[in-house]
Amino acid sequence: MVLDINHRNMIARRAAREIYPGMAVNLGIGIPELVADFLPTEWNVMFHSVNGILGVGPTPTKGEEDVHLFNAGGAPVTIHSGASFFDSSIAYGMVRRGMLDVAFLGALQVSRKGDLANWIVPGQRVYGIGGGVELVRYAKKVIVLMSHLNERDEPKICRECTLPLTAKSCVDMIITERAVIEVTEGGLYLAEVMYPFTLEEVITKTDAPLIISENLQMYD
Amino acid sequence: MAAMVSKLITMEEAAELIQDGIRLMYGGFGGMGSPDHLIDQILDKGVRDLTLIGNDAGFSNRGIGKLITQERVKKMLTTHIGSNPQAGRQMMEGKLEVIFFPQGILVEKIRAGGVGIPAILVEPGMGDVTAKKEQLIVYAGEKYLVEPALTADVGIVYAKQADTYGNLIYEKAARNVNPLVAMAAQTTIAEVEEIVPVGELDPESIVTPGIFVDYIVLTRGGNG
Repeated sequence: MVLDINHRNMIARRAAREIYPGMAVNLGIGIPELVADFLPTEWNVMFHSVNGILGVGPTPTKGEEDVHLFNAGGAPVTIHSGASFFDSSIAYGMVRRGMLDVAFLGALQVSRKGDLANWIVPGQRVYGIGGGVELVRYAKKVIVLMSHLNERDEPKICRECTLPLTAKSCVDMIITERAVIEVTEGGLYLAEVMYPFTLEEVITKTDAPLIISENLQMYD
Repeated sequence: MAAMVSKLITMEEAAELIQDGIRLMYGGFGGMGSPDHLIDQILDKGVRDLTLIGNDAGFSNRGIGKLITQERVKKMLTTHIGSNPQAGRQMMEGKLEVIFFPQGILVEKIRAGGVGIPAILVEPGMGDVTAKKEQLIVYAGEKYLVEPALTADVGIVYAKQADTYGNLIYEKAARNVNPLVAMAAQTTIAEVEEIVPVGELDPESIVTPGIFVDYIVLTRGGNG
């Protein structure tokens, strides 16, 4: 299922709640690109983009785009006060040094162990290994933002990934339009169900066992 | 007095430096900050069998992606081709060989090439399925993968401003991999928005020292 902008924004808004003042956060391509729109600027969160920006701000209003100011996905962005520009090798220096508190990225599949597949659908589509493999290795927390189902309405959260892996056991949390799921040693822990979906609609569309939180929140 | 000689050449003269079958390294990230008009000129000249080294495959109808769409490329060393479905299709059809590296490793390999370091050490286990056994070493008790530096016959970059010596200043996110590519090629050509006489750029603001830049061409404008 391809998500409309409202669902994408809903995921991004929920994702923003995982960010705290003063953090350095990487935003990957796709839904993560929207996260910067949902944070108060006075929090001084430094959004990192691997093309060479620290301090990415919200999406510019139409007509205000700067052709030289874009994120790693090629979308126009603005900058926050205190931002800096540098080349991509320095951007990855920050990654390798473990300076990022959270990395948000998209995925094709995530397994119950937190394995991530996001670079190829053999015989159909090749994306490329990209920077995700390094971001998930070195960021302190890794959060996947994605649609709950693929374009054939099959679950993207599965017991084992069937697609080639980007990295093993690296995802800490999954946020979709249906649910917020934490990846723990004991398995997938369902923390929140998103409005208007029901608990059953989450369970039946997830191809892995879910441990239901005692404090399960029905979030809207 | 090398600094007094202008490195400015025409687009046509620049395209003459690009021969069939060379290793061509290019700046730009997701099709942005890319030397688009140099690429058009290379296309017009009919160059083929290129090995491309750069961050991504751009878009199918813009920038570096056009060389792929028009089947001028036999091999790519890159990190991401998702924005150009033509590249993926040619790869699956066996027309285009694509070697992927994790992005940070790719750009560091290019940086190493640019500063004369033969190879870098990286942590194993990051997309290195094609790595050879002899690349694995132990240093200070830890396992590493030896990743050779990358260089090219010709590098093409995009910058905002140059002086006639080839000192370059970039603009915002259009910097991306351009300063790394500018250092890593045998011959570097910079496509720029503006050229000023030597002495007019603030030395503190120069990102790529002109010693790395062989030729400058003026853009026809409209680069992203």
